[in-house]
Amino acid sequence: MSGLRPDLAVIAANVPEGSRILDVGCGDGALMAALRDTKRVDARGIELEAAKVATCVAKGLAVIQGDAETDLTDYPDAAFDYVILSETLQTMRHPDKIIDQLLRVGRYAFVSFPNFAHWRVRMSLLWKGEMPVTRLIPVAWYETPNIHHLTIKDFRAFVLERMIVVENAWFLGGDQHVGAFAANMRAEHAIFLVHKPL
Amino acid sequence: MTDTRFGLARSFRSAQPFSLECGAVLASLDFAYETYGQLNAARSNAILICHATTGDQYVASAHPRTGKPGWWHNMIGAGLPVDTESFCVICINILGSCMGSTGPSSIKPATGLPYAMDFPVITIGDMVEAQKLLLDHLEIPRLHAIIGPSMGGMQALEWAVRNPDRVSALVILAATARHHPQNMAFHEVGRQAIMADPKWRGGNYYGLDDPPVAGLSIARMVGHMTYLSAEGIDAKFGRRLQKHDRISYSFDADFAIESYLRHQGQSFTDRFDANSYLYITRAMNYFDLAAGHGGSLATAFRNTRARWCVVSFDTDWLFPTDQSKAIVHALNAVAAPVSFVELATPHGHDGFLMDMPALNAMLSGFLEAVQP
Repeated sequence: MSGLRPDLAVIAANVPEGSRILDVGCGDGALMAALRDTKRVDARGIELEAAKVATCVAKGLAVIQGDAETDLTDYPDAAFDYVILSETLQTMRHPDKIIDQLLRVGRYAFVSFPNFAHWRVRMSLLWKGEMPVTRLIPVAWYETPNIHHLTIKDFRAFVLERMIVVENAWFLGGDQHVGAFAANMRAEHAIFLVHKPL
Repeated sequence: MTDTRFGLARSFRSAQPFSLECGAVLASLDFAYETYGQLNAARSNAILICHATTGDQYVASAHPRTGKPGWWHNMIGAGLPVDTESFCVICINILGSCMGSTGPSSIKPATGLPYAMDFPVITIGDMVEAQKLLLDHLEIPRLHAIIGPSMGGMQALEWAVRNPDRVSALVILAATARHHPQNMAFHEVGRQAIMADPKWRGGNYYGLDDPPVAGLSIARMVGHMTYLSAEGIDAKFGRRLQKHDRISYSFDADFAIESYLRHQGQSFTDRFDANSYLYITRAMNYFDLAAGHGGSLATAFRNTRARWCVVSFDTDWLFPTDQSKAIVHALNAVAAPVSFVELATPHGHDGFLMDMPALNAMLSGFLEAVQP
């Protein structure tokens, strides 16, 4: 699993052997290929950009070009053990509906996102009065794809309100794991494993 | 010892009666086909290429009438995306065609004369059932893959639905599961052009050395326009004049596009039979895969177990992307392993014939992802 982005490495380490997964916004298929090759995972993907889809298919991966916001509805209920949405929730027009769809087509969902309450972000707003441009949020406000920024605290409140169960959570700062203590301040990045209440 | 069933310019006669969907029975079937590459000992590395409406078995070898390279010579061969070093590639002239397989120009045993319009109306399903007979003859129990561009995609879809145990992977290029009424209309124009030609003679023009070239040529001109994109035509021809530096105020082919189309129509008549054009386009018009499965494409795909790769081209208005997406949606609905991409090309429907690096990489990756 070496060579994977840190959040993807966390997800890869926690997907059980032989499970069926859907990677939503799978990019060039690095995670899917790693899971297929090391854990015999039956991996499928959705990706918006044609060139990235072509790259995935050339690697022998099953990926469809599509928009998660419209095309997830095609999949039957509980078609997958795990659905993965990495670094994408904050770019969705309707993140709440996406989470509903993830937990409809999959039994579990891994959701990872940049934490907008990280101290660097807070400092940028507090001291500079500017929308932050950081390592994980690298572009200016007018061209960022991130239209629904959220914090770890926001996500916890959201799942609580919807009775979605948090099975596990991991926090990253500077590619290192950060404990749950004050994660909303210390973590640049959060990865949640969630499932619907039984 | 070499197996003479394999190689270039092969033929085979199946002597058993062949029942068609329309109820008619053909006493025997002739097949003209080509194979490229070696079948492995397990007989598991065969790839069937299903050709398009006016295509033929000369997929990667020179056409005997035109002398031109095979229609997919850039795709199939040693070291090419469909690598004949790894796979045994088979292409069969379809039932109803005119390059050696049984069709309206074949001899009707009862009369000793060509069938002409006595040839029964065939379907895409009939073409597939016929191909199965040839694979039985070649003793290939299961195909590593079927690759179907355009009407070949219709055959590939029928294959997977009818014979889920005989194919492991499908590539559906610029195709549809339901022939669209707009395409049906273009085909009707083509057929009417042929039938309006006095030289068509109710289909009985064989042996007279005076076939309905005008009608068939118009049918081809209409068809050919549907294979190209507005963008592609404008880039290639624009409003350029063909010969003179000014318009002639006549009905000569003043413009390059007019001259090109006339040439395309004319040259097509050298290699294709007008009655075959009638029968094959008729079969396409009847094609609606979901219709036989309660109107649900997902139901049709329910028992398939193959891997799928579906590709459309952004400027293809004959089989546009939404028709490929309908296939993908139905495959997703049954959780089938499917890949799909819409590739960018200025070449319209003919995009599949062009040398496109993205398409080449996808096809070779998809075919080689699972060992035969």
